[in-house]
Amino acid sequence: MFLDVLEKYDWNKIKQDIYSKTEKDVLLALNKPKRDLEDFKTLVSPAAFPYLEQMAKLSNKLTQKRFGKIIQLFIPLYLSNYCVNECVYCGFNCHNDIERIILDEEQILNEVEAIKSYGFEHILLVTGEAPSIAGMEYFERVIKLIKPYFALISMEVQPLEASEYIKLKKLGLNTVYIYQETYNKESYKKFHGKTKKSDFAYRLHTPDRLGKAEMHRIGIASLLGLEDWRTDAFFTALHLKYLEKKYWKSKCSISFPRLRPHKGSFKPEFSISDAELVQLITAYRIFDEEVELSISVRESRKFRDNVVKLGITSMSAGSKTKPGAYALNYNALEQFEVFDDRTPSEVVDMIKSKGYEPVWKDWGYYMQL
Amino acid sequence: MSLIIADKTFNSRLFLGTGKFSSNKIMEEAVLASGTELVTVALKRVDLKKENDDLLKHLKHPSINILPNTSGVRTAEEAVFAAQLAREALETNWLKLEIHPDPKYLMPDPFETLKAAEKLVKLGFVVLPYIHADPVLAKSLEDAGVAAVMPLGSPIGSNKGLKAKDFISIIIEQSNVPVVVDAGIGAPSHAAEALEMGADAVLVNTSVAVASDPVSAAKAYKMAVIAGRLAFEAGLTRESDTAEPSSPLTKFLSEE
Repeated sequence: MFLDVLEKYDWNKIKQDIYSKTEKDVLLALNKPKRDLEDFKTLVSPAAFPYLEQMAKLSNKLTQKRFGKIIQLFIPLYLSNYCVNECVYCGFNCHNDIERIILDEEQILNEVEAIKSYGFEHILLVTGEAPSIAGMEYFERVIKLIKPYFALISMEVQPLEASEYIKLKKLGLNTVYIYQETYNKESYKKFHGKTKKSDFAYRLHTPDRLGKAEMHRIGIASLLGLEDWRTDAFFTALHLKYLEKKYWKSKCSISFPRLRPHKGSFKPEFSISDAELVQLITAYRIFDEEVELSISVRESRKFRDNVVKLGITSMSAGSKTKPGAYALNYNALEQFEVFDDRTPSEVVDMIKSKGYEPVWKDWGYYMQL
Repeated sequence: MSLIIADKTFNSRLFLGTGKFSSNKIMEEAVLASGTELVTVALKRVDLKKENDDLLKHLKHPSINILPNTSGVRTAEEAVFAAQLAREALETNWLKLEIHPDPKYLMPDPFETLKAAEKLVKLGFVVLPYIHADPVLAKSLEDAGVAAVMPLGSPIGSNKGLKAKDFISIIIEQSNVPVVVDAGIGAPSHAAEALEMGADAVLVNTSVAVASDPVSAAKAYKMAVIAGRLAFEAGLTRESDTAEPSSPLTKFLSEE
């Protein structure tokens, strides 16, 4: 399991490695045919920052070679904002006193109708962590309910057991996103206190359980804002390589959740600038030519427009981050404030204007049994 | 001489993939410019329920035949299931069988491919399996009744050319069904090389789709494939590895 791997590394030592990389290391990393984890450290290091344009060009070339000139589209469907956790960086924090709802069948179908009218075939189901309200029984019901309407179903909810993932996969689930938030054990403790989420190892081993369940796609990430992004990126990359090697039948995906304003008062101690986020995106691509890189509406229009060509292969569009927002206009609590609030068709036009084909559908229920 | 696969005759020995293009319109222009008569379409990309799927709409030309592919499935069972839906929805029994449980390098699974091919042939499909350049597997698939074999030149999307050349030439030598070199072709010269070796056709995608001018790239492939085939039919002698000794070793036989 991944904790055994993680424990072989010392956070501070890795951080020091990254910050002591030199220009010579950068040139070596950029000119190799394949890069290893040591090169990844270099690519996210301050030493590589002056080489951003070169990294962007390389990332563009490698991405086109593997993925072509396309961007896949998906939309999140927030099902419930109930949550037992108290993550200070998240709007769903149980201490935030706001309206909580969980969508029933009829409400979900209303939302689905609105989502389908935009053209989406790939959907991401999202809930907070509240297993007694939104647990396995609910997930099974929802997946069965929406399966006829979508070509690909993803989910971002609390960590589940391998046997539960197998069950949901059989019903049509394709992808699970589970973010470690931070790979720094001490910081993780600090942010997740005594809640259900405080079990670092259980969360860390969720991708292992997904791999054992042979889930088609596993999405991982560290939150950008909780810790030093460079060091967390190294551990995310280490996790990625571990998963690709051990669970070779599952595809991996990396996201870039940069903290956004939300209900609550948390101010990120560690920030990442736009230019640094570009460095991070291109570093992943140069390190791993095959991994899917996904960006959400947490980012601005300008940023999203420009990363289409820089290595990103998948994007959400038209997202609302509270339950019942597409059709029902509920005034419930949102998870975070959307930065790019364009409609899906506006995003599609933007992608086309960049010389890329927006792809609505890249899967089908008939592809997985 | 034209190429015959199952019940169809092809004047062009260039097959094209339809993924990765910057728009379906450019894909259509490249397809038409290439002169191809067979294009492969990923089942996962098309909407089998929709009458007017945008990708298929751009391929509605009398000269173009559709070869649906099962890219994305991981098992024989999934491939057979997807194939049956495709046959119904797209009204063709032709199928490019691709089974790759490895989503990273998309390496074809020989065991599941053989299993699926046996089943699909029995179900009446014209099966063109995507395989490693494995001569034994190619023969086993031929025995199972496939219409052609499609060995990879090098890893898909790699543009590395015919890295598996030695094994492909064994497959060509031994095969009683057409051999289509698929995957890894990154330049028209690679395509020409495959045809010169005696491959019956090549399938190209990334190299055309990602070129800055896909239409010109398609034309270049069209010419390269024609040239390669002509060279093969002309029986060009290959340059020899060893120098000819100036006084032949068997000269003594004709000496008095």
